[in-house]
Amino acid sequence: MNLSDSKKKLALAGAVCGLVAACLAWFGNPANMAFCIACFIRDTAGALGLHSTETVQYARPEIIGLVSGAFLISVSTKEYCSMSGSSPMTRFVLGMILAIGSLVFLGCPLRMIIRMSAGDLNAWVALIGFILGVGTGAFALKKGFSLGRAHMANRMSGGVLTAVMIGILVLALATTLLKSSESGPGSMHAPVLMSLAGGLLFGVFAQKSRMCFAGSIRDVILMRNFDLLTIIGSFFVVMLIFNVATGRFVPAFDTPGVIAHSEHLWNILGMYAVGFAAVLAGGCPLRQLILAGQGSSDSAVTVLGMFIGAALAHNLGLAASATALNAETQEITAGSVPVNGKAAVIICIIVCFVIAFSNKRNEGK
Amino acid sequence: MREVDARGLSCPEPLMLTEKALKSGKDPVRVLVSEPFQRMNVEKFARYHGRKATATPIEDGFAVVIE
Repeated sequence: MNLSDSKKKLALAGAVCGLVAACLAWFGNPANMAFCIACFIRDTAGALGLHSTETVQYARPEIIGLVSGAFLISVSTKEYCSMSGSSPMTRFVLGMILAIGSLVFLGCPLRMIIRMSAGDLNAWVALIGFILGVGTGAFALKKGFSLGRAHMANRMSGGVLTAVMIGILVLALATTLLKSSESGPGSMHAPVLMSLAGGLLFGVFAQKSRMCFAGSIRDVILMRNFDLLTIIGSFFVVMLIFNVATGRFVPAFDTPGVIAHSEHLWNILGMYAVGFAAVLAGGCPLRQLILAGQGSSDSAVTVLGMFIGAALAHNLGLAASATALNAETQEITAGSVPVNGKAAVIICIIVCFVIAFSNKRNEGK
Repeated sequence: MREVDARGLSCPEPLMLTEKALKSGKDPVRVLVSEPFQRMNVEKFARYHGRKATATPIEDGFAVVIE
């Protein structure tokens, strides 16, 4: 089963993923957040107690499903391959940057597309930063950037992250050890089994189609190849139709309650950091989860970096706040990026440049 | 035969190295990759560029010969 060898199959994969996202949105996931890798990793980190922001603590079954779905389909179609050894600590840092940049924008690239399809004009502004970041990463690749080779590893080690994810699911379902928000975005979720099934299905189709938001733009820039963009385009169209049909399409900058802010410069810079780091890491946050599921311990380390980055974003006050409506006064309070978050994004971009131009491919090794 | 060793490299390095090799001549190129999905990527890339690709398993991955 190969979903990447024709434009029709690629579009189908994007459409199926779009339908999954639409279902999750309909059945309770937060506004314009049917699927958000960074936000959901942040919520799961909160459930584990890695941060203490009470409104965003919930072990998202979608994340567990994504990794597990990629694992199951890759094993069953003989694409599972346990690999490791390609600059793991650098990838851990890139994972942190992916999370921090996303939480300054208030969404990963996947959520950026969902927000775009809901008319959130801030996401269209952020797209500028994302494309520029991907372009910078592509430039680094052309100049010889490489994090080096991974090597075949012990077959079991590639399945550790999947096992950990299933462990989190067991803790969430069978114990009261994990935290769970009673208000705020962490309290908004589709039913557990639906979220898990959605994540599994999304993981399967994302693995088979090689779905990657950063890769879609990167491949156009580097090789004039539009395959990955076909998947994203199809996903966008399905979500756009869903949002228009259900009255969720609101073309505006300052819509309260959709978990977004309008600090345009920081939306651009946050997603610039994400686009740049994603290309350096070999894929966007979604792609890192999929690669980890199919056996890459290096991507698993990147995912751990995302967990820690997401936790730090809340523990150190880096994450942005969303535009909200005061229920009593009916006044709109504009969302904003805290000073710590602005400093963190600048540091993240500098670190990306250091990584990009100090890691070169060694042709002989 | 010219050889491209892309074993263990992350996306999109295997395809970038393959493209560089294909652009530098019409003679066959042997591309080494580690993972099945990279093998499929290289095969598809070769087809897009009108070349025939044949993959065989090797000890630590696959050898894709592009004619």
